[in-house]
Amino acid sequence: MASLAQSISSLFLKEFVSTFFLSMRYFFKQKATINYPFEKGPVSPRFRGEHALRRYPNGEERCIACKLCEAICPAQAITIEAGPRRNDGTRRTVRYDIDMVKCIYCGFCQEACPVDAIVEGPNFEFSTETREELYFDKQRLLDNGDRWEREIARNISIDAPYR
Amino acid sequence: MDSFFLTYVWPAIVMIGQSLLLLVCLLVFIAYILLADRKIWAAVQLRRGPNVVGPFGLFQSFADLLKFVFKEPIIPAGANKGVFLLAPLVSVTLALATWAVIPFNENWVIANINVGILYVFAISSLEVYGVIMSGWASNSKYPFLGALRSAAQMVSYEVSIGFVIVTVLLCVGSLNLTDIVLAQKTGIGTAVGLPASFLDWHWLVLFPMFVIFFISGLAETNRPPFDLPEAESELVAGYMVEYSSAPYMMLMLGEYAAILLICSLTTILFLGGWLPPVDVWFLNWVPGIVWFILKGTLVFFMFAMVKAFVPRYRYDQLMRLGWKVFLPLSLAMVIITAFVLKLTAGA
Repeated sequence: MASLAQSISSLFLKEFVSTFFLSMRYFFKQKATINYPFEKGPVSPRFRGEHALRRYPNGEERCIACKLCEAICPAQAITIEAGPRRNDGTRRTVRYDIDMVKCIYCGFCQEACPVDAIVEGPNFEFSTETREELYFDKQRLLDNGDRWEREIARNISIDAPYR
Repeated sequence: MDSFFLTYVWPAIVMIGQSLLLLVCLLVFIAYILLADRKIWAAVQLRRGPNVVGPFGLFQSFADLLKFVFKEPIIPAGANKGVFLLAPLVSVTLALATWAVIPFNENWVIANINVGILYVFAISSLEVYGVIMSGWASNSKYPFLGALRSAAQMVSYEVSIGFVIVTVLLCVGSLNLTDIVLAQKTGIGTAVGLPASFLDWHWLVLFPMFVIFFISGLAETNRPPFDLPEAESELVAGYMVEYSSAPYMMLMLGEYAAILLICSLTTILFLGGWLPPVDVWFLNWVPGIVWFILKGTLVFFMFAMVKAFVPRYRYDQLMRLGWKVFLPLSLAMVIITAFVLKLTAGA
């Protein structure tokens, strides 16, 4: 009897028809995907994206060439050369390179930094056509810092209570 | 000389013109049906589908065309070059050749031959050669397996398609596709006194055959859930694995032309071709080609929906369905229909 009922329901494509109406409901549902290049999903303030070197509001570089980031970098992606001590007793870097191909975006550099100079910003759209373009030098990192300073400062202030 | 021109040359020119017009319309339609396929599939999966090229992605297929044309065709070193390049041509030529006998409206047909349905059936049987040739000439494992599967599958389902067509022919009494459509002007609805409407069409009288034809059509055109020749989870892309650029595009084109052909054949055999759904003046005023395209698109919508919601059949299930379910069912329906026709004809 059960097999008869089953063969009747399969003959009349019962499951097929009910699935059709189910998928028609899904057809008109709101889409789960976003319209990516034109609209973007939310990004956490702790997001670890493209690196940037920040400046103080007076335009002075924050980085003091302490090389803690270079030391802690597990992928050894950072290379720093320190310049001579200046008249005010501080040092600055003459070279600050990050090999973005080696970088694993762990965020240790920004954790290690005593002056919040190197940070990972919210930008994740920095793909390039050649490998060489991903060897970031100091100028590139400072430019990133200038471009993303407002978002970076906002993210740091949002995340500050949890630190 | 003048009569020679009027008898032979001028009709040939007219026929070439008609063929070119049909070809262009068909290719543009295929471009949009491809987009519709992707869009429908995406919508059921809560995705957006292609929407960047042009408004709502309407030019996506043309962008794809450019990409296919400008890419380098790669021919595997071990492939049989001649057959490898011939296979896409075979599949696309045969798929397009069938359209010569499809009536889009009353007298809107390139070749109004009396054995139209047989012609369609013969050509669509040949289509399997495109697949087999491409699978064999690739000289590679997955394409070969895909070709083997496709050969067995298409042969199995042609049997039941043949019986479905036989039932329709029994009801109509003609092999001419135009006659088949015109025969659907009268039917169940007019028999009980209603005005001519969609109830007269064959889908209601021959409902089981309609369902069998639809499902066999899916299998015949290698559409999901019967897309075993190109099952991506097992055979990567089946017989199309080794193809790239323009030859690949031709294979896809042939496939979609065959799908559209099955859609329009369903429309002609079961959904009343270009006849309006209800016989009232404002629906009669709409040109028949519009009804034909609407019905064909509706059938294609079902094809696309089936792709979205039915999981792929296993190969033994496919064969079981073809030989143990559809063959006896359609054979029984042929006999029952013949009996009923004989009895009602006597009365």
